[in-house]
Amino acid sequence: MSSANIVLSVPQRPRIVSTGAALRWTLIAVALGVIGLLIAMPLASVFAEAFRQGADAYFGALGDPMAIAAMKLTLIVAAIAVPLNLVFGVVGAWAIAKFEFRGKSFLIALIDLPFSVSPVVSGLVFVLLFGMQGWFGPFLIEHGVQIIFAVPGLVLATIFVTFPFVARELIPLMQQQGTQEEEAAVALGASGWQIFRRVTLPNIKWALLYGVLLCNARAMGEFGAVSVVSGHIRGATNTIPLHVEILYNEYNFVAAFAVASLLALLALLTLAAKAVLDWRLSVSPKPGERKT
Amino acid sequence: MSAVYSGWIPFKPKPSVIPGFGLTFGLTVTWLSLIVLIPLAALFARAASLGPDEFIAATASPRVLAALRLSFVTSIIAALVSTVLGGFIAWVLVRHPFPGRRFVDAIIDVPFALPTAVAGIALTTLYAETGWLGGLLAQIGIKAAFTPLGILIALVFIGLPFVVRTVQPVIEDLDHETEEAAACLGASRWQTLRRIVFPTIAPALVTGFTLAFARGVGEYGSVIFIAGNLPMVSEIAPLLIVIKLEEFAYAQATAIAVVMLCASFAFLLAINILQRRMAASRVSGR
Repeated sequence: MSSANIVLSVPQRPRIVSTGAALRWTLIAVALGVIGLLIAMPLASVFAEAFRQGADAYFGALGDPMAIAAMKLTLIVAAIAVPLNLVFGVVGAWAIAKFEFRGKSFLIALIDLPFSVSPVVSGLVFVLLFGMQGWFGPFLIEHGVQIIFAVPGLVLATIFVTFPFVARELIPLMQQQGTQEEEAAVALGASGWQIFRRVTLPNIKWALLYGVLLCNARAMGEFGAVSVVSGHIRGATNTIPLHVEILYNEYNFVAAFAVASLLALLALLTLAAKAVLDWRLSVSPKPGERKT
Repeated sequence: MSAVYSGWIPFKPKPSVIPGFGLTFGLTVTWLSLIVLIPLAALFARAASLGPDEFIAATASPRVLAALRLSFVTSIIAALVSTVLGGFIAWVLVRHPFPGRRFVDAIIDVPFALPTAVAGIALTTLYAETGWLGGLLAQIGIKAAFTPLGILIALVFIGLPFVVRTVQPVIEDLDHETEEAAACLGASRWQTLRRIVFPTIAPALVTGFTLAFARGVGEYGSVIFIAGNLPMVSEIAPLLIVIKLEEFAYAQATAIAVVMLCASFAFLLAINILQRRMAASRVSGR
């Protein structure tokens, strides 16, 4: 008995199964090679191509009026789509995580649905609803409302594509946190809004922030769905990714990559924020273990 | 009420003291219906209004069939390649720590975060014959950009993080004791990997494969630049939908979209059933 205890108390037991150093480093090198070729090089090439003709050409491309118009439009679209999906993501996660009801997993599957639909189809559905030959098309034209080939169509397609991001970040976390703290707040006489503000929100803030960042990155970078509903009208319905496509197809590569580098930068910032938030999540106390 | 009628009522909540079910549930379902369900219903309603002859005429043309076949075949191959590479990368990241691992781990997510159009033009420039990698491949007689091989590269780029992120947590949860027990019983490292490790991570690999496949079939932005888009050769189904829309052939675009959605749904369902059978046969002891 005692000898077994002694063995168990040794902190670092040598591994019986180990990989030789040569094999180990070969495996690491192959993995790094694959990641480098497949992922890091395309990312690096965006910046290399953007600066191919120097900084003046780079900033000249970014200062182009059409590029600035595209940036403004992308910001407008994201500024409408992201807050809406933020609110409804939180509301949906609350309904799903804090209550038990039949058909819950079905509802979760429906919320995830936009992830499994091709971006092109996501745009197509709105053309079928609001386009010239669409269900509401003739009615809308009569009343002078344009949705397809205009900003409302871009916003709708973007909301569709980014629909699941916030809810999907929050649901697993809120389910894991359970309902005890909210129930205690009810017992202490808190109203629904007070419970959300004072109890739930502090528990989910980092996951919420991460969901919003992902939602925003996709909203600003969405290409397929937006491409279908935009009509590619320069200066009017061209978002940044669509502007990149036009410049590229005109063989204006430096400008295309310069504008694309903005989106690549946004992606890198999103990933950096994710790394920071992961670290915050890992050091922040778990619910129930919180200091008084 | 509920005591009187005890039949199956969908979305009926169990009693809870927490307020707000009616409000949040109602808002969620309304918003979901407006943004997702009604638009998708419009797609199927439109397809149903076509009539069988029109539907078949829209989808049975050689060009449409070639595009659908290309989309499905390249997505399946790319998902397989992603599964092998992604499983390997996840294994190395978990089991063989090296300096800078956290940074490399973060890089894996780049295809998730990088907009598809940016990935598309970057991969095209890289793999064109004038590019860094395309030039090397050209020397050994391989043309990557503007061929189906280019489509495959783009889809592996998109699919890889799905596999890594699905398999990685499962490998982290593997306990060394089982592997060590196998080694003590005289199993070689290869036998342990094949008989102990692989069966444990296989379900995650299959899930990663299906995620990569589902994303790949509908992928548009990262593929269209590198594909070359030659009808019958390197024209993917999503691009054909866009082309039909630009020709204002809404009926054809709708028909292709519905076939694409249904086919990928059927494929995913088949994999799901296969996965359940596998799990069941493992439990019952083969």
